[in-house]
Amino acid sequence: MITVEHLHKEYQSGDAKVVALHDVGFSIEQGEFVAITGKSGSGKSTLLYQMSALDYPTSGSVVIDKTDVTRLSKNARAEFRLDKLGFVFQEYALLPELTALENVMIPLLMRGVSLGEAKDRAAGALRRVSLGDRLGNRPSQLSGGQQQRVAIARAVAHDPTIIFADEPTANLDSETSKTVLDIFLDLHQNGQTLVMVTHEPEYAALAERIIQLSDGEIVSDKKTR
Amino acid sequence: MRVGFFLAVRQLGRTNKGTTALIIFVMALTFLNLVFIGGILVGLIEGSTTTYRQLYSGDVIMSVLDKKPYIEDSPAAIAVAESLPWTRAVSARYVAGGLLEANYKDRTNYTDPPDQTNVLVEGMNPEDENSVTGIKNHLVEGSYLEPGDIDSVLVGSTKLYQYSPIDTPGLKTLKNVTVGTKVRIDIDGNVREFTVKGIVKSKVQEMDSRVYMLDTSVRDMLGRTDNGVNEIVMRLDSQSDADLAKQALMVSGIGDRAKIQTWQDAQPKAIKDIEGTFAMLGNIVGSIGLVVAAITTFIVIYINAITRRKFIGILRGIGVDAIAIEFSYVLQALVYSVMGTAFGILILVYILEPYFAAHPIDFPFSDGILVATFSGTLIRAALLVLASVVAGYIPARIVNNQNVLDAILGR
Repeated sequence: MITVEHLHKEYQSGDAKVVALHDVGFSIEQGEFVAITGKSGSGKSTLLYQMSALDYPTSGSVVIDKTDVTRLSKNARAEFRLDKLGFVFQEYALLPELTALENVMIPLLMRGVSLGEAKDRAAGALRRVSLGDRLGNRPSQLSGGQQQRVAIARAVAHDPTIIFADEPTANLDSETSKTVLDIFLDLHQNGQTLVMVTHEPEYAALAERIIQLSDGEIVSDKKTR
Repeated sequence: MRVGFFLAVRQLGRTNKGTTALIIFVMALTFLNLVFIGGILVGLIEGSTTTYRQLYSGDVIMSVLDKKPYIEDSPAAIAVAESLPWTRAVSARYVAGGLLEANYKDRTNYTDPPDQTNVLVEGMNPEDENSVTGIKNHLVEGSYLEPGDIDSVLVGSTKLYQYSPIDTPGLKTLKNVTVGTKVRIDIDGNVREFTVKGIVKSKVQEMDSRVYMLDTSVRDMLGRTDNGVNEIVMRLDSQSDADLAKQALMVSGIGDRAKIQTWQDAQPKAIKDIEGTFAMLGNIVGSIGLVVAAITTFIVIYINAITRRKFIGILRGIGVDAIAIEFSYVLQALVYSVMGTAFGILILVYILEPYFAAHPIDFPFSDGILVATFSGTLIRAALLVLASVVAGYIPARIVNNQNVLDAILGR
């Protein structure tokens, strides 16, 4: 489903050339829940951004459902992300002027879903993350955990092929983190493909496979069960 | 488009009300900047032409044909003018060139030139003249002529040094002349002494450079017995059309004996030239104002877009296309500019125009008002809205073109 081959990413930092990813390659099957771990600066977030078509690698390829996303134009990548991918960012990334319901409706409306259907589907997604009673609340009226659940609802509402989560529990306390991870596990059990970046070994252990990075290279790739 | 509209409506509706009010206020001021300077420039001339019409030419003026000493069969022309249904008042004027002399009693050395200046002497019926021009309200000193004031005159302020402190060979002014001063007036060698009863000061050169006396006094000095006057001025009812009145006078045959002009025809060429010049200046200032307006809008929308850079990145990240985001910002710019312009128009129509109409700016040669024509205002409003839309699109485009990841991560 996802095939990463010879992925290389380097960038300039002042006069120095920094290699963030070096010859990274692996595959992910449909329905897998993969955790990418590593220390700070190991390249795990960079890898996620290349895989999720948010950034262009220096070289190498990322093929998702037979499409090499590294070769897509800017607009085609946006369209691809809309059709195939769902995102959960570390800082929730919700639009402050929109209610929880409206934030979740955005990707649906972009895909041409009617306003009424978008409302129904967004409300359904929010109910799945136990926020059925918070549809009309704006982000500022929600706790961090609730905001992250809205972000998850937005990521799943349009039934993406893969969900990418970048440190989704980094700003949450352990109790709330557990709630968020339970939602991921629930999604995984329903066949959703998930790729999650985390630096917490305990949370990574919940995934069925852990890819560990160090200095931009894969140092281990193992199944947890 | 639909998502752009969805985002714009919600962002507009839920942005801090104070911020929205401030943006709209800035847009309103930008619009007023666009119309104000041009409006004042036009108003300055408008004030001048209005004053000229009010104080000198009336709505219609009949004057002497070239090479004729007076309007032939003047009583008949006056009668026709008075008989028109739109006529409210008529004044007949005798006008003659003369010399105004002062300080002659203090002149000890007769080899010194006399203290005198060229003037146009106007003889009129005080009541008639006042009902057409309201000259009585433009006395800065003294009082107006009464029917029995055969030995009194009113002197225009430009002939007096204290009001017009210039003394060049062509523009001689008299010193030490005030109310009660004895002056001598010489018309064609007929010299008579008069007492200055009042001093006329308006902003119309033609009015302020004359000496006024009773019509009977001028007739005596001219030795005229035929009632032939030099100017007949008419004041029409406020809603009446001067062209219509002119036409009626022409039809009656007066056009063969007098030059008939509406107040517009009678405007001095200098005023018409200045009007054209100021219209050009107004357009130049307006163009600069439009650029300023576009830049202001650009800055407002750019700041708005920059502060939302992260959220634009998020929208791009989750797959919202650039056109939807740009459309939402253009729509916001459109709403801000339309609301700002509408607010500006309300301020213009209900506050500024009435204020300047009631309190004209005291320019040296006119009482300047603020003129904003309906079509001119509409064109400026449309230009501002158009400039705002363009200026709103550009920053959204700039932010949109930035790297999505950099925008999301705030790099």
